Amino acid sequence: MGMYRDRPDSVSGLVRDREVHRDVYVNPEIFEIEMEQLFRNVWIYVGHDSQIKNPGDYLTTEIGRQPILAVRHSDGSVNVLHNRCPHKGVKIASESCGNTGKFFRCPYHAWSFRTDGSLLAIPLRKGYDGTGFADTRAAKGLARVAAVANYKGFIFARLTATGPDFHEYFGESLSTIDNLVDRSPEGKVAICSSPIKYMHTCNWKMLVENQTDTCHPMVAHESSAGTAIKVWDREKDDSGETPMAVQVYAPFASPYEFFEKAGIRVWPNGHGHTGVSNSIHAKYSGVGGYVERMEEAYGPEKAHAILGQVRHNTVYFPNVMVKETVQILRNFIPLAVDKTLVESWVFRLEGAPDEFYRRALMYNRLINAPTSIVGHDDLEMYERAQEGLRSNGTEWVNLQRLYEDDEGADDTAVINGTSERQMRNQFAAWAKYMTLNMSGKAQ
Amino acid sequence: MTPERIAEFIYREARTLDLMQWDEWLGMFLEDGRYWMPLEWQQTDPELEPSLMFEDMLLLKVRVERLAGERTFSQKPKSRCHHLLQAPQILSIDSEQGKCSARTSFLYSETRGDALERFSGWATHELVETDGGLKISLKRIDLINFDAPFGNIQLFM
Ligand SMILES: [Fe+2]
Repeated sequence: MGMYRDRPDSVSGLVRDREVHRDVYVNPEIFEIEMEQLFRNVWIYVGHDSQIKNPGDYLTTEIGRQPILAVRHSDGSVNVLHNRCPHKGVKIASESCGNTGKFFRCPYHAWSFRTDGSLLAIPLRKGYDGTGFADTRAAKGLARVAAVANYKGFIFARLTATGPDFHEYFGESLSTIDNLVDRSPEGKVAICSSPIKYMHTCNWKMLVENQTDTCHPMVAHESSAGTAIKVWDREKDDSGETPMAVQVYAPFASPYEFFEKAGIRVWPNGHGHTGVSNSIHAKYSGVGGYVERMEEAYGPEKAHAILGQVRHNTVYFPNVMVKETVQILRNFIPLAVDKTLVESWVFRLEGAPDEFYRRALMYNRLINAPTSIVGHDDLEMYERAQEGLRSNGTEWVNLQRLYEDDEGADDTAVINGTSERQMRNQFAAWAKYMTLNMSGKAQ
Repeated sequence: MTPERIAEFIYREARTLDLMQWDEWLGMFLEDGRYWMPLEWQQTDPELEPSLMFEDMLLLKVRVERLAGERTFSQKPKSRCHHLLQAPQILSIDSEQGKCSARTSFLYSETRGDALERFSGWATHELVETDGGLKISLKRIDLINFDAPFGNIQLFM
């Protein structure tokens, strides 16, 4: 018998106002409970509309440990289904994406299903006559995921039938997705390529916390950003133009004051973002013709409001980060207590110059790839933390930077950009959604 | 520009990497040379399709200089690498233009601390004859599992 299963008080006790217990990162039972509870109770990112454009197009993913598929139905709707044949449990779709035509056919016994999940045919169906088959779970076909939302093309799903409504859960944090979509003069973004995948031997929450950790870049990335600045200073020509790659690297070395002033905004349910008034993405050079296209599409005032928003990282609790300014979504996929797959996806802004797509792909390989020197800096820190946390020197991890006594969980607030409040915000949501549907008696 | 000379150049390039003679290695590239690791099967565009790396000389210099940095913690301890090459296949020799290309099947190992990672793939070299001998205009690394999730790859294949 474990220490945490069905013991909501023990789980909540891991999160204090200003610190968290190391078990949130290293305890395998906590990880199992995250998969069973947290990832079942909240809205999890499934994929983007543009990955399944045509009827029969599907993608596969997992929510927690559960295999899921999203498929475009003949009527244009998107269905999110459990990727499991109701007969013997075989996964219906094994590839990460594809087109199944008008129906799915299980490769084991040829049961087939329409793209809304309903059962289409079974070979030798007579064999089920008089067996009461019509009343079974199997007769209903591929089980549907309880709740699905398609927000401007971003598909999210929740496994529990009851729980927070999509808009109630994400609230104002959706303004980052709005801005990403608005940056296309056509109001449309699309995924046109595979993600960069990067395996991390650390707990998934270390990665999520890092997204709003503004006291680490000038330290951990001195090696990459600092070296890039040094080499460029030495090698630069007199064209006066800074190469895009240097524009990407250099701001990681910005001083504390820069991040302090840039601000952090927290929202209810664990969402929040860095870069309220300024960010490391704010100074990228312009792309010819783009502003004109935006002004034409939205009118000058709205166009400039859209482009004036230069947020850095927006965390969609529990495990997604969006950068509207460089059109990237990172999905931190938990595989084990100390193993996380990071998928970094790039969006193309429809109707915008190719330069943006080129730039976003460049950012992704320079910062988010297993070959990224910035990635090397970060992963080294996560790995050392994963090991260091075994120490019994103390069992607690400190998160109290700029803590204030009146911080409410589920407040909306704009604060000093070096605060660790967004991390505290995430853990407040973590404790809430870990225990939301947890049975068990209080201790 | 003979097949032997091209093969010798490719072996020497691998040797400089294995011996971590970074300055000599960088000197084997043209000033506008590139190092490219595609992320797609038979990829044709390095920039409008996703790549793992598409580095010009400036970025390669940053990488090499970073490896020796005082505060480069991901190199404490340091990585080492080993290239096992098959004999290069000559794809083209254009003596008039002073250009040639070759494809080399490889096994690459990168180690750091107690960990060792192995990669397999093909290196394609596009070489140019200069006053200073052969130089790389493009080195392209196609991994058999380009789409797999890797941990850190810190050195060069
Ligand atoms: Fe970082």
